[in-house]
Amino acid sequence: MNGATAFAFGIAALVAAVAAFTVAARATFAATIGFTAYGLLLSLIWVGLAAVDVALAEAAIGGGLTGVLLLGTATRLQPIDAAAERPGPALRGLAAVLSAAVAAGLAAAVLSLPDPAPTLAPAAAEHLTATGVGNPVTAVLMAYRATDTLLEKVVLVLALAGVWSLARDDMWGARPGPRYRADPKGALAFLARLLPPVGIVVGVFILWVSADEPGGAFQGATIIAAMWQLSVMAGLADEPALGRGWLRLLLTIGPLTFLAVGLGGLWLGAAFLAYPPAFAKPLILVIEFAMLATVAATLALLMAGPPQRRSDP
Amino acid sequence: MGGALDLFTIAAVSLGALFFLAGTVGLLRFPDTLSRLHALTKADNVGLALVVIGLLPRVEGPLDALKLVAIWLLVLLSGSTLSQLVAAVARDEVPPE
Repeated sequence: MNGATAFAFGIAALVAAVAAFTVAARATFAATIGFTAYGLLLSLIWVGLAAVDVALAEAAIGGGLTGVLLLGTATRLQPIDAAAERPGPALRGLAAVLSAAVAAGLAAAVLSLPDPAPTLAPAAAEHLTATGVGNPVTAVLMAYRATDTLLEKVVLVLALAGVWSLARDDMWGARPGPRYRADPKGALAFLARLLPPVGIVVGVFILWVSADEPGGAFQGATIIAAMWQLSVMAGLADEPALGRGWLRLLLTIGPLTFLAVGLGGLWLGAAFLAYPPAFAKPLILVIEFAMLATVAATLALLMAGPPQRRSDP
Repeated sequence: MGGALDLFTIAAVSLGALFFLAGTVGLLRFPDTLSRLHALTKADNVGLALVVIGLLPRVEGPLDALKLVAIWLLVLLSGSTLSQLVAAVARDEVPPE
């Protein structure tokens, strides 16, 4: 067994152990931290499988964003958690058996794939030059399967509308989340002044470089959303009122640009979302930057929650 | 030349891993939150610095070397800020009976 195989086995065992801890933890807070660690270890596994774009997405969204959402939920559930009744041993046994059955089914399916497994990778690589990008993942996301990416972005907006629907009737269009106040000379304010410029540059860079290297609009947007959330939590910025016109434009500009390019392809070209080969890369860039703005705003507002206050208390 | 650099990388990364191990032992064995934070931040930062120094001979250009150092600096910044925040909360907590 060489070093790489030993390393793979080690990481797999570690992931299984962290997953077991997450399930077995009594306190929701501990389980959330375990889940975040699990997400980070999974992104290491993705790197080991040479899927760096997926690893970036896993680290940013699975580890970071979901962790923040779960922590907020755990905090809000704290008064209820103590009094909640735990499910009985029969129910937990049934859940364990069903989870194990699903995992066994997935393992059987993966292990029974023919060797070499059927793949479209050569076909995707063959037409890469026509799409204008060098990264095959970006080509799949933005050219071959652009419809799926467009629908994803629409789903994001719908998810945000779902979160907003939890607001009280008279609070529709108000500001989300509490007004955070932190010591302006403290550590958090210091970090919130120092990190966002770096984070914004890194986020835009990850988008820009996704044309030829691993990266992506979603990953970059998550980082930018995190920078905004950091500034809000340090009290250096306040969430905008959700009824503002410019905010709603920002939230829809991504899918709208995508849709406009798609309809342009239908009208001027061969099919919906067909890019003329000469303009493929510029069009993809325009769509990706619009998507960056929308996804960053959407993720930041998803973290903030439903609207609950009118202005500074 | 190549062999000496490889040896340097192995030595530096192993030393860094040793520091990470020491930090984890401190996390598990120290009595209270404040000293555990101390073990985590100091030992882990030095460990990461040694890993970065060990990887520097293997980069393909000055830009990649700068990226590695920037990663270390970012970890330093976020780690120290977060430990300050956790320590502030821990200091005000009532110690468990």
